[in-house]
Amino acid sequence: MNREKVYSRLKDVFSDVFDGEVELKDATTASDVEGWDSLSHITIIGAIEDEFDIKFPMKDVVHMKNVGDLVSKIIELS
Amino acid sequence: MIDVLKYPFDIKMLLRKKKVLKRELFEKSGLTPKKIAVLGGSTTQDVIEVMELFLLDNGIKPEFYESEYARYWEDATFGNPELDAFAPDVVFIHTSSRNILTWPIIAQGTREIDALVDSTAAKFETAWDKLAAHFNCPIIQNNFDYLPYRLLGNLEAADPHGRTNFLSRLNMRFAAYAQSHEGFFINDINWQSADFGLVRWHDEAYWCMYKYAMSKEAIPVVAFNVANIVKSLFGKNKKAVALDLDNTLWGGVVGDDGPEKLELGTETAVGQCYVEFQKYLKGLQAQGVLLNIISKNEEAAARGGLSHPQMVLKEGDFISIKANWEAKSQNLINMANELTLLPEAFVFVDDNPAEREIVKQQVPGCVVPDVGQVESYRSVVDHGGYFEPTNFSKDDLKRNAMYKENAARAQLQVSFADYAEYLKSLDMRAVIKSFEPMYTSRIAQLTNKSNQFNLTTRRYTQEEIERTAADNRFITRYGQLADKFGDNGVVAISIGELKGEACELILWLMSCRVLKRDMEFAMMDEIVSAAIAKGAKKIRGFYYPTAKNAMAKNFYEIQGFTRISEDESGNAVWELDVSGGYANKNKYIEVGK
Repeated sequence: MNREKVYSRLKDVFSDVFDGEVELKDATTASDVEGWDSLSHITIIGAIEDEFDIKFPMKDVVHMKNVGDLVSKIIELS
Repeated sequence: MIDVLKYPFDIKMLLRKKKVLKRELFEKSGLTPKKIAVLGGSTTQDVIEVMELFLLDNGIKPEFYESEYARYWEDATFGNPELDAFAPDVVFIHTSSRNILTWPIIAQGTREIDALVDSTAAKFETAWDKLAAHFNCPIIQNNFDYLPYRLLGNLEAADPHGRTNFLSRLNMRFAAYAQSHEGFFINDINWQSADFGLVRWHDEAYWCMYKYAMSKEAIPVVAFNVANIVKSLFGKNKKAVALDLDNTLWGGVVGDDGPEKLELGTETAVGQCYVEFQKYLKGLQAQGVLLNIISKNEEAAARGGLSHPQMVLKEGDFISIKANWEAKSQNLINMANELTLLPEAFVFVDDNPAEREIVKQQVPGCVVPDVGQVESYRSVVDHGGYFEPTNFSKDDLKRNAMYKENAARAQLQVSFADYAEYLKSLDMRAVIKSFEPMYTSRIAQLTNKSNQFNLTTRRYTQEEIERTAADNRFITRYGQLADKFGDNGVVAISIGELKGEACELILWLMSCRVLKRDMEFAMMDEIVSAAIAKGAKKIRGFYYPTAKNAMAKNFYEIQGFTRISEDESGNAVWELDVSGGYANKNKYIEVGK
């Protein structure tokens, strides 16, 4: 899967979870997105796992820094 | 979209679209607000968010108090001002085996382990006692799920050192407390986790990262079950099932194949499945769920099928049988009218997706589960939790008989030209008395589930009913009505509040199954004479319109009251001057006290 495809599916997930459009790029972090707090983070990670049918190893969840990291990890796992 | 909340729910979509769903559900009208305190032993945010969706779907608009992380015991035992101010209608304690801090160790003797069971249970019991004394509201408590590992392997189950054994003993202690304490309910996560599968139930990463007591996929299961208990407590259970016949209660089409060719009975695998489903329905019926039939068939063919020797359910087990070629949605609405139930009190079970779709579209509020194939019928109906029992009243167990008697009354009425003659022929006898402890559970239940003939739609918990009964500022009356066909049980409730020279009727409701029997006059006679005896010169009544109580709009006018005021939304105040006395209005019911 290329990054573009991952981004397009990721945007759908985010817009469902946050009930509205969210702009995503590699440098985006939780603090850039309104409502992306530690609790909705759990929902986001869970929804991404379901969408791509993957399971993030715990150490990766803990160490991901931004959306770019997230996309790379999704590509690696799927 | 809201379909994802009906069992079998789409767990992934439900979690992902929580916000979207909430927004859609908030658009529903006529929601009952309730305050729920969630005291957690783990993270409760997701549990609350998902529970909110299920409650909204059941017509309850919850407001939540959430304890600080894992402060369930401190909040319950020592209280806190924020929780006090919140004044919950329900307390839910979300704990799990993750909250057991001390386990039996292998070096301990059985007496030490017995003591550990005692002290662990006592810690919880203290918290429940405190909560009950302080808030006087229902308490819902999780029992314990088994662990995802077994130090002693299969010995865990039998040996007191085993954690499985230890948790089982605690669960029995919790159950014993529930048996001896009204208003205390177990949310059985022990069964839920077994049903879900312990392997999927536990998620070590989510526990370590987020302190989730169970996996994110399991959270909707827990939330759904708690929501079912809550909706049951507040009278939102379903009351009846409308069943299709062909390929729902038996295999095959009776009109085409004839009764002898139907697949039913233990001789074939498919026939066995239908038998199992019927046995399950028979069990529901024994608990007071009303069974009915809506089938596209000639009536004679339907009856032919019902008399099949392998039928577990007999024709007499059904209250209403509609076998005709009308749209099923119309049949369901007619059936609801005849039984004086709301269409939304029904669960519609049909193997045919097209029939389900028309009922779903035409009968809002009626639950229409996708039951799948015969081998999944029982599981789908069961997991739906539509009839979740909490407080069993005797009336629940007698409900089927009562509805049958009503059908007999309807027959009799047809044979009388004059309605007054009909009423006389019923030989009606009522008991009307102040609230008594024996009936408080039924009274509370009625205040929560009566919607149609309910003037103020005020809901009470059992504890509130008890408090009102003990307070001499209130005149309380329940009415029980029997006739030659049988006893209807407690069917009418009123509460008058004495305010100076006025008696204000803050609660006035009656079960629809005794509509047009003059019971409302008998009740009014009793409450007015009690009010006069306490010095009241005026009786003041209120009508607050809801989506469902239009039938009671003119009640006070019929009772001879005068309208004092009415606001733009139809909330009306009525008064009756009794300073010059009051003439009894009931003519047909013999009232005993």
